[in-house]
Amino acid sequence: MDTRKIDVEAVPSRARGAELTKAATGIRGLDEITRGGLPRGRPTLICGGAGSGKTLMALTFLANGALLFDEPGVLMTFEENAEEIRSDVASLGFDTDALVAANKLAIDYVRVERSEIEETGEYDLEGLFVRLDYAIRSVGAKRVVLDTIETLFAGLRNDGILRSELRRLFRWLKEQGVTAVITAERGEGALTRHGLEEYVSDAVILLDHRVCDQVSTRRLRVVKYRGSHHGTNEYPFLINRDGISMLPVSSMALEHRAPLDRVSSGIDALDDMLSGKGYYRGSTVLVSGMAGTGKTSLAAHFIEAACRRGERCLCFLFEESPAQLLRNMRSIGIDLEPWVTAGLLQFHAERPSRYGLETHLVTMHHAVADFKPAVAVIDPVTNLMTVGTFADVQAMLTRMIDHLKTENITAMLTSLMPGLTAIERTETTISSLMDTWLVLANDDVRGRHRRGLYVLKSRGMAHSNELREFAITDGGMNIRYPAEAPANSPGVWRFEEGAGHASL
Amino acid sequence: MPVSNKTAAPLQVVAETYRLRLYVAGQTPKSILALKNLKHICEQHLQGRYEIEMIDLFLNPQLAAGDQILAVPTLVRRLPEPIKKIIGDLSNTDRVLVGLDLRARE
Repeated sequence: MDTRKIDVEAVPSRARGAELTKAATGIRGLDEITRGGLPRGRPTLICGGAGSGKTLMALTFLANGALLFDEPGVLMTFEENAEEIRSDVASLGFDTDALVAANKLAIDYVRVERSEIEETGEYDLEGLFVRLDYAIRSVGAKRVVLDTIETLFAGLRNDGILRSELRRLFRWLKEQGVTAVITAERGEGALTRHGLEEYVSDAVILLDHRVCDQVSTRRLRVVKYRGSHHGTNEYPFLINRDGISMLPVSSMALEHRAPLDRVSSGIDALDDMLSGKGYYRGSTVLVSGMAGTGKTSLAAHFIEAACRRGERCLCFLFEESPAQLLRNMRSIGIDLEPWVTAGLLQFHAERPSRYGLETHLVTMHHAVADFKPAVAVIDPVTNLMTVGTFADVQAMLTRMIDHLKTENITAMLTSLMPGLTAIERTETTISSLMDTWLVLANDDVRGRHRRGLYVLKSRGMAHSNELREFAITDGGMNIRYPAEAPANSPGVWRFEEGAGHASL
Repeated sequence: MPVSNKTAAPLQVVAETYRLRLYVAGQTPKSILALKNLKHICEQHLQGRYEIEMIDLFLNPQLAAGDQILAVPTLVRRLPEPIKKIIGDLSNTDRVLVGLDLRARE
């Protein structure tokens, strides 16, 4: 019928540089990693261990095809029964019955019981082909999922016949021009238990569900993608009630809006340090400092200012309980309770160790989606660093910040520095994501404890380069202007040009 | 392979009618051989109490799912219950007899 019928493997000289046509999965992130989706008209192998999400990923590919891309699909399942499939798909927010009724999905449940079958003499699997062909025709399918066909190895005794028939099947699928996904169980020392990668060699995606320090993280890697560029890293991905999604950090397009309007930090003197107007709306602010330097107080000012403007504020606490925070802030003259009552301020307090990063990210995403805040605070973001490896945390924060920026939410993250020298090491991982970076510092000079604050960087504005002294009073943070500084110790610590941290 | 009547110990005492269905996909050498083998076995062991229905899946693809047919040829014993399946060209008479419960599994 068309050129797809030609087995591309048999055509050695394809136009140089021409990428394959792709079938989008509709899975956010995966389509970016694969530069458009799975190879159209060819089979893709998705392998992974039990519970790695391969079935859900395959089902999402089908459901998205039917719902988003007008590509009906066929699910041939070798493992689950109708009820399990329905509930699996429903957990992703899809209604299989509706898809079947709308003629956008055909499901064939294949059941092979070895104990019920006697084998004698030669046979082939033409019955399987007939069923698949019948299902494809019944809905005009463009996508096919076989989940998990290697179950046949347990059902049939004759490996030789099975292997040659599988080879024929995958060739046949290509001839049909359908984009197929074949799931397979991860094998020891091999991609799949029965070596299916030998037959499906166009694209191979490996899913992994690891538990590290009792914390689980899902990862995806495109092992192979013949004829196409693809991201080669391991990418964390999530499965939640909204389906599957992942964050391809390296391929993420930077296309956030850059609003010009500003929001107050809640402290006039600090606004003045930020060219007189405060933070950019939708920007991300990092506040770092050692224990007891006033990070949470700074955040409380920011929260209160947002609530006063009538904006919704979402606050993630990873250290204190909401009650502790409310009490402590009341002691410095900031009463946030009325805003909680008014429904403008919402707290989410969670022990970082309670969930894996993946789950934290999901929970935070849901909270943001449900509450629709204008301002978000994470206090302290460093506590999350105990949950995963540096790379994982960075990937997760990148994703979170990306999401907040996309939603035009102004975010403040506080960061606990173990010591002054550690500033570069612990925070450079996330600092490049930050638009504004405030550093709080203490020192003791001549028997007097001083608190200082400076703007390490603030993109897109002329900001102060001074280290300002401040006090935490029962009326909140009181940042001194240079003129108010006591004569004996300068209230302004001059920040020497070039001597400190390079502002990125 | 010749079948000796001495070793064939029928399990079913009641002479029930065997309703057999042979699924094939087209008139292939395998399907023709399977039918020939089946007829021979039935004449030998089920004379007068069997029915064979042959289904060509190329003509009736919608029937494949109902009996969970993957391999062809597949012989399905629909009656007496329980349903039994034998796949292949039925060239091993002993195994077919075992599969049909006409001979005890050794």
